[in-house]
Amino acid sequence: MTTFERHSITPWLLLAPQLAVVAIFFFWPAAESVRQAFYVQDAFGLGERFVGLANFQHVLTSPGYWHAFGVTALFSLLVAAGAMGLALLLAVLADRVLHGAKLYRVLLTWPYAVAPAVAGLLWLFMFDPVLGVLTHALAVFGVHWDAQLDPGQALALVVIASIWQQMSYNFVFFLAGLQMIPASLLEAAAIDGAGPFRRFFGITLPLLSPTAFFLLVMNSVYVLFETFATIDNTTLGGPGGATRTLVYKLYEDGFVGRDLGGSSAQSVLLMVLVGVLTFIQFRYLERKVAY
Amino acid sequence: MRYRRPGLDGLTHLLLIIGVVIFGLPLWLALTASTHSAADLQNGIAPLWFGDQGLANYWQLLSQPMPGLGVSALRLLGNSLVMALGIALGKIAISLLAAYAIVFFRFPCRTLCFWLIFVTLMLPVEVRIVPTYGVVARFGLIDTYAGMILPLIASATATFLLRQCFLSLPSELFEAARLDGAGPLRFLKDFVLPLSRTNLAALFVIMFIYGWNQYLWPLLAANSPDHATAVISLKNLVQSTDTLPPWQLATAMTLLTVLPPVVVIVAMQRFFVRGLTDAEK
Repeated sequence: MTTFERHSITPWLLLAPQLAVVAIFFFWPAAESVRQAFYVQDAFGLGERFVGLANFQHVLTSPGYWHAFGVTALFSLLVAAGAMGLALLLAVLADRVLHGAKLYRVLLTWPYAVAPAVAGLLWLFMFDPVLGVLTHALAVFGVHWDAQLDPGQALALVVIASIWQQMSYNFVFFLAGLQMIPASLLEAAAIDGAGPFRRFFGITLPLLSPTAFFLLVMNSVYVLFETFATIDNTTLGGPGGATRTLVYKLYEDGFVGRDLGGSSAQSVLLMVLVGVLTFIQFRYLERKVAY
Repeated sequence: MRYRRPGLDGLTHLLLIIGVVIFGLPLWLALTASTHSAADLQNGIAPLWFGDQGLANYWQLLSQPMPGLGVSALRLLGNSLVMALGIALGKIAISLLAAYAIVFFRFPCRTLCFWLIFVTLMLPVEVRIVPTYGVVARFGLIDTYAGMILPLIASATATFLLRQCFLSLPSELFEAARLDGAGPLRFLKDFVLPLSRTNLAALFVIMFIYGWNQYLWPLLAANSPDHATAVISLKNLVQSTDTLPPWQLATAMTLLTVLPPVVVIVAMQRFFVRGLTDAEK
C-alpha cells in the first residue's frame, strides 16, 4: 500500500489517543502488577519491602492456588466439551435445513447477547431450592438439589450456565466453518457411495478441526475471565471453594483480603498463562495458513 | 444437492426446535415469573404461564428505588447505556485513527507502535484489576463514567480488525485520491470511512454488547449506586436478602437488562455474525 509521505506529525496525532489510553490503562497497571509482585506491603499500605520471588513462591506452594487452578481447568474442560459438542450438533442441523435457516440462526445465537452475570441468574432461578423447575424435575428422580451445600452441584450450576451462554458463540463459528466447506467435495464423496456419517467423519470433521482448536482456546479464555460474573451471582466461589476459579481467587485476595503482593503475583501468573494460550493460538493459525 | 435425504428433514427440524426450546426456556421462565406477585411465587414451582402482576412489577422497578441500592431501574439502565455507548464509540474512534495511521503513513517506530497496541489483544482488564483500580483512583476517576469506560477501551481488537479492513482496500483508490489532491483527512472522510461502513457496524454491535455486559470492572469503578449499571444491580436483588429472594423483581430486572443487547443482536444479525467471525481472525 502506498502511503502519505510528506506528513511527519499527522500519524503521531492520529495515534496519540490510542497510545495514551493503552499506555495509561494497560502498560502502567501491567508494569505495576509486575513490580508489586516482588514487594510486600505492610498492613496499613504505608510501606513496602522488596522480597524477590517470595510472593511467587508463596502462591505456587499454597494448596488454595492449585485448587483454584484445578477448578479452572476442570471448568474449562467441561464448558469446552459441552458448548462445542452442542454447538457442532446444532450447527450441522442448521446447515442442513433449507427453510427457516435464518430464523434458527437468530433463535440459537441470541444468548451471546446475555451477560454472564445474567446467565448465572437465569440458571440460579431454574435451580432455585423452592421455585426451580429443574429442582422439582430432579426431585422426581430422587436427586436432592442444593447447590449451596453440594460442591459438585455448585460446579454443575455454573458449568451449565456457562455452556448455555457460550454455545451460541461456538455455534456461529461452526456454522461459518460448515458453510465454507465446498459442496462439490461432499457431493463427490456421496457419488463415491459415502453415507452421511462417513461424509461427516471423513470430510466435515477434519475440515472443521482448525475452527474447533480455535474455539477450544477461546472457551478456555472465556472460562478464565468471563465466568467471574457468573460465579459472583450464583455460588460466590463456594461451597468450600468448589467454584473458586483463578480470577475469583485473585479478586478475593486483592480486594477482599487486601494482599497486594500475593494478588500481583497471581496477576503475573495469569498474564503468563494467557500469553502461552495466545502463542499456541498463533502458532497453530500460522500453520493452518501455510498449509 | 442430490445426496440429501428428504426423510431426514423432518427429524432435523424436530431436533432444531428442541434445541431452540431448551435454549429459550430459562428466559421464558424468567418472563412468566416476572408477571406474578411475590405471594404467587411462594406456592412451589415457577409458573409456566403469565400472571397478572406484570405491569405492577415492572412499574415498581422503573419508578421506585431498588431495594438495597436506592436508585431506580431507569437510572441503572441509563448508566449501562452510557457505558456501552462510551465503550463502543470510544473504542471505534481511537482504533479508527490508530489503524489509519498505521496503514496509510510511514513513520519511524511504526512496527513498534503496532506491536505495542497488539500486545493488549488477549489480556483483559481482569488480569491487572488491582493496579488498574490504583491508576484510575490516582486520576480521581473512581465513580465517574470516564473511569468506567477508559480502562475497557485499552485493547487492540478493534485496531487489529480495522487494520485488516484498510489493508484490503485497493491501492488504486489511494493513488486516484492523491492525484485529485486529497489530503489525509479528506481521504479518510470521503473514501476510507464510506468503504468500511459494514466493518464499523459489525464492530459497533460486538463492542456495544461487550460494554453493556461488563461486570467486574464497573463493580469496582462504580462504587456508588449513582453510577451502578443494570448488570451489577442484579446481585443486590438476589444475594443480599436472608429470606427468599424477590424473584418477581429479579426476573423483571433480568428481562430489562437483557432486552437492549438482545434487540441489537437480532436487529443487526448480519453485522453481528460478521463482526464476531472477523474480530477473531
